[in-house]
Amino acid sequence: MMTDVILVPKVQHKISLEAEVIKPDEFAGKTIEEIKELPVYFGNTVQKLGDFFEVSGSAEENAENLRIVVEGDVSRVKRIGEGMTTGEILVKGDVDMYLGARMKGGRIVVEGSVDSFAGQQMRGGEIEIKGNAKDYLGGSYRGDWRGMRGGRIIVEGNAGKEVAEFMRGGEIIIKGNCDSFAGVHMKKGLVIIEGSVAERVGAEMVGGSIIVLGEMANLLPSFKIGEVVEGLKIDGREFPGKFRKYIGDFAEGPSVKGVIYKRL
Amino acid sequence: MATITDVICPFCGTLCDDIEVVVNGSKIESARHACKIGNSKFLSINDIPRPIKPLIRENGASREASIDEAIAKAAEILSNSKRALLFGWSSTSCEATAVGIEIAEEIGGLIDGTTTVCHGPTVMAVQYVGLPSVTLGEIKNRADLVIYWGANPMHAHPRHLSRYSIFPRGYFRERGQQDRELIVVDVRKTDTAKIANHFIQVEFGKDYELLSALRMIVNGGELEEEEVAGVPKEKIIELADKMMNCQFGILFFGMGLTMSPGKHRNIDNAISLVKNLNRHTKFSIMPMRGHWNVTGFGEVMTWQTGYPFAVDFSRGYARYNPGETSANDVLQREEVDAVLVVASDPVAHFPRKSVAHLARVPMITIAPHHSLTTELSEIFIPSSMVGIEEEGTAYRMDTVPLFTRKVIDPPQGVLSDVEILKRILEKIREMR
Amino acid sequence: MSELVLKNGIVYDPINNVNGEKMDILVKDGKIVEKLNGNAKTIDCSGKIVMPGGIEIHSHMAGGKVNGGRLFQPEDHVRFAMPKTKVTRSGTGFSTPTTFLTGYLYSKMGYTTGMTAAMPPLMARHTHEELKDIPMIDKGAYCLTDGNWFIMKYLKNGEIEKCAAYVSWLLKATKGYVVKITNPCGTEAWGWGKNCRSLDDPAPYFDITPRELVKGLVEVNEILKLPHSVHLHANNCGRLGNFVTTLETFKVPNGTKPAAKRQIMHATHIQFHSYGGDTWHNFESKADEIAKAVNSNKNIVIDTGTVTLDHTTTMTADGPLEYYLQSLTHLKWMNRNVEMETSPGITPFIYSRKMPTASIQWAIGLELSLLIKDPWQVLMTTDHPNAGPFIRYPRIIAWLMSRKYREETASKVHKVIYDRSTIDGIDREYSFYDIAIVTRAGEAKALGLSDRKGHLGVGADADIAVYDINPSEIDPSRDYKEIEKKFSSAAYTIKDGEILVKNGEIVQTRYGRTLWVNSKVDGELEKEVMKDIEYNFKRYYSVNLANYPVREEVLTRSTEVTRSASV
Ligand code: SF4
Ligand SMILES: [Zn+2]
Repeated sequence: MMTDVILVPKVQHKISLEAEVIKPDEFAGKTIEEIKELPVYFGNTVQKLGDFFEVSGSAEENAENLRIVVEGDVSRVKRIGEGMTTGEILVKGDVDMYLGARMKGGRIVVEGSVDSFAGQQMRGGEIEIKGNAKDYLGGSYRGDWRGMRGGRIIVEGNAGKEVAEFMRGGEIIIKGNCDSFAGVHMKKGLVIIEGSVAERVGAEMVGGSIIVLGEMANLLPSFKIGEVVEGLKIDGREFPGKFRKYIGDFAEGPSVKGVIYKRL
Repeated sequence: MATITDVICPFCGTLCDDIEVVVNGSKIESARHACKIGNSKFLSINDIPRPIKPLIRENGASREASIDEAIAKAAEILSNSKRALLFGWSSTSCEATAVGIEIAEEIGGLIDGTTTVCHGPTVMAVQYVGLPSVTLGEIKNRADLVIYWGANPMHAHPRHLSRYSIFPRGYFRERGQQDRELIVVDVRKTDTAKIANHFIQVEFGKDYELLSALRMIVNGGELEEEEVAGVPKEKIIELADKMMNCQFGILFFGMGLTMSPGKHRNIDNAISLVKNLNRHTKFSIMPMRGHWNVTGFGEVMTWQTGYPFAVDFSRGYARYNPGETSANDVLQREEVDAVLVVASDPVAHFPRKSVAHLARVPMITIAPHHSLTTELSEIFIPSSMVGIEEEGTAYRMDTVPLFTRKVIDPPQGVLSDVEILKRILEKIREMR
Repeated sequence: MSELVLKNGIVYDPINNVNGEKMDILVKDGKIVEKLNGNAKTIDCSGKIVMPGGIEIHSHMAGGKVNGGRLFQPEDHVRFAMPKTKVTRSGTGFSTPTTFLTGYLYSKMGYTTGMTAAMPPLMARHTHEELKDIPMIDKGAYCLTDGNWFIMKYLKNGEIEKCAAYVSWLLKATKGYVVKITNPCGTEAWGWGKNCRSLDDPAPYFDITPRELVKGLVEVNEILKLPHSVHLHANNCGRLGNFVTTLETFKVPNGTKPAAKRQIMHATHIQFHSYGGDTWHNFESKADEIAKAVNSNKNIVIDTGTVTLDHTTTMTADGPLEYYLQSLTHLKWMNRNVEMETSPGITPFIYSRKMPTASIQWAIGLELSLLIKDPWQVLMTTDHPNAGPFIRYPRIIAWLMSRKYREETASKVHKVIYDRSTIDGIDREYSFYDIAIVTRAGEAKALGLSDRKGHLGVGADADIAVYDINPSEIDPSRDYKEIEKKFSSAAYTIKDGEILVKNGEIVQTRYGRTLWVNSKVDGELEKEVMKDIEYNFKRYYSVNLANYPVREEVLTRSTEVTRSASV
């Protein structure tokens, strides 16, 4: 049985709050009063979660059975669900950067849109975004060649630049359109773009698969055109229709194994 | 009249260190060997009137203030801030930057440099793929193939070609220019392109595609397309051949590459091309850093904080993520509640949305001259010119450190950036 | 005046043959003294180990290349961060810590002196600017001479005295402490993307071989009577089958006598030079062969470069090596050929326990420490950060002191080590006395610093480490975790008589000295060489001669060590 802890934002602020404590792992086993005491970072100050949110409900012993519901707009609250391993978070509004970054398990649902770096270096669990996602969805940290390694991200709306940057595993599904450099430096994993995709998809990819169901802007000259396949089956998923296969990115060398399937 | 030799020109990243400055009393007569823009920088100290007294703006009117009052007020603004931004640094000394970092750390603020709007993308790319590079003397002594890509040194770095790349005689290139080949890749035929052996005109915003095509060839692949980025296939193959077959190649790139669509990924691809070329020959790459000490800012930031720009100290230690902690991002999100500008003019160069926020928050500017930024500032503290009126460390675009000289005294009562910043820091500490 | 008594500590001071004796150490005005006047502050050291402060003999802790490593690895800096405190600045970085942090971390382990291993002369100012920002320890820099055009030309022409005068000038100009040679001639070859793969493989155009260069610089070093011997990173570093080159290199100085009571050659990070095999599939340890050679050659001192099985950064002036490494890993790569001098490179490296190679490399480092009989000849380093970050020293100490700990680690690495290294069969366990040799006394002696450092005799700098370990109660062989913990966090670190660390926490920060060699040669000879220097600067350097030397003002507590040459 899931029990809910409900957070209602009570102040408006321009400076982003950093609240990696908002995750079932942190809340579990704590009283509401204790949860209110959890530290959050606001500019150069450390404050309490309770200063920014009305907190109600109850936190089960077990993080697994805990759901955190954020009622309202947290478009200036960063790091929600960062590093979470279990349980659920439901946000009924927009969210700031690093949603579910380095997440290992559990589930996050966002009814609004998310800012950049959602699912950064994610390893497991699921993120579902009903609105749009900004840049670097399921990407990596600066300088790190190990991006998302597992789990799944679903975006109902559109996604920004560099989706799945340095992806090393897992799955990203974009139901809307996707901006440039999707799958840049990708090595493993699957990206499904149901809408259209902007230029430079698969740039510098060496492995993994990108499936494009909608329109695709000009492909890079360093991709090779492969055969047409009828009906796709990847990672246990099926995609009906005819697909053109492209292989690349040969800019990276002669033995690359990245694949883009574009539905015809 | 006195002539001071071996002076370092504090204007562009070329950081020429052979300037001979002729000083006559409180005036600089000339700066021999300097190019036109370098020369005018030296002569600008003769400009009258030079701001001497700090200015404080209150209720829309500005008034002169004592240095003590200006410093106290600046310290108060910074000390009371929740998310201050300390910006600029590329035209001052490393010593000044070091004090800036200490202030940012003390108040838990952000510190960022002009890098953020020029070669920030380069730094980010270097963090992904690295940077096979050399010092400029290596190029002078060895290079037989020189490429400028999206850079026009004839205008922005006038002595770059004559000191390091094309014209000088080097140990293994005794005949200078005759022993070298110059290729320019750009969207239009620049003055540098006009003197090049080959000019390759790339379609605007398509550099990435051209780089990908080149890499594919260099890595043994076959280009299928007849034309990429407006360049015919044969020309691309020819360029790749030249690159692979030179003895020592160098690719210099400028803001034509860092600021065109693709930004850091353009540089990522360019650096990767050079990495790949090292399977065939010796090849290096270097960003044409603009401001004279923009490189030094990055070096000090890196050894003191671990990151080269866009650092956020809000948690008492440095954190970094351009796109989040970079000046324009925090300004456009209206997060910043106080700004300190040192040796820079962001109001003239930042996007409108950022400037709008600069106008909204208390801003303190330390600079030798009036600018659009000083006009918008609540406090303006005039400072001396580093490299002319003060000495200090700077790093050339190839990271060679040079100690800039003082050739003349600053106007009476004008302090250096370092002194002003130290006094602000001291005041801040007193307030805590 | 500051007076201090360290009372009843169990003292290990190998230079003075003190092996675990209970005694008091008296300190006055930053020095160790015989007598005090009275009201000194007393530190009760009963049941605690007292040693001279640790000395780092080879660490890439400051300079352009180190900063390159920091700059291009933000991912290394999110791994470890220390916020600012009332006394300390903040810092970040695991394998490439920032400057302030570097000083703090050494100090926490009881280290009081550290040498930065590779300073390209043209970049000397950068190295010193960073050293200036490394608090807590005394420091110095090794001046790179491997691909230097002046040196190569003088030696090629047999002008050894001019070469000596040039090196003397170079040390003064760069404020260097040591003549460092990295991949002799190979760093010049790297100017053309090439390398020198044997001692007789000449630098292109300059036509001088690594053998000739090393031999010449050994002679120069002794003509100049420098405190340290040449400090050599030999050819073929990190390459398969390189032990042959290493063994040959050890013989190169034969026939030259050291000008001081010390080794004729310091061969650094020998773990990287003890490889057998000709493919990565038959890669094996040749530590036993190397140990044999060192055991029969009293004139060689090595440091180990022990692999700590971490994700770290490799950085060296050996540009071709770094290129080679990145071609194996396909990770990011930085390179910085320095005109007329040398060619540093940097690339990240993961020594994974699962990898046969990394596992054997780990074994080799320890084999060297354990198979070389005389601890004075085998100093402990990680070639920070190449084989691992220096913060792992306590772990290496624990490995050396406990066979059981080695066995435990061996059981977690690739089993190939049982076949292709001898680590499993070695019983030897270091004593605290041995540890004191390989972490401080040996370093002081090798560096020619033992007049003031590495011991606790009267007149020495009061650089002292106290560890909360009671030798009569602990069995290091069994309690290795405790050993590791206690050496990680000194009970006290005392520098120049001031308490900087207490119970592993920094209580005070201070800046140490910068040591450099003021080498004196005959005035006429120097003048003659200055002409060559001027000529070449005008033509081939990209900076003016006047802007090349490092000004003393940038050095913290500039401390010159004067040496008059025999020419
Ligand atoms: S090229 Fe740059 S540094 Fe040189 S003189 Fe001109 S402005 Fe000054
Ligand atoms: Zn080393």
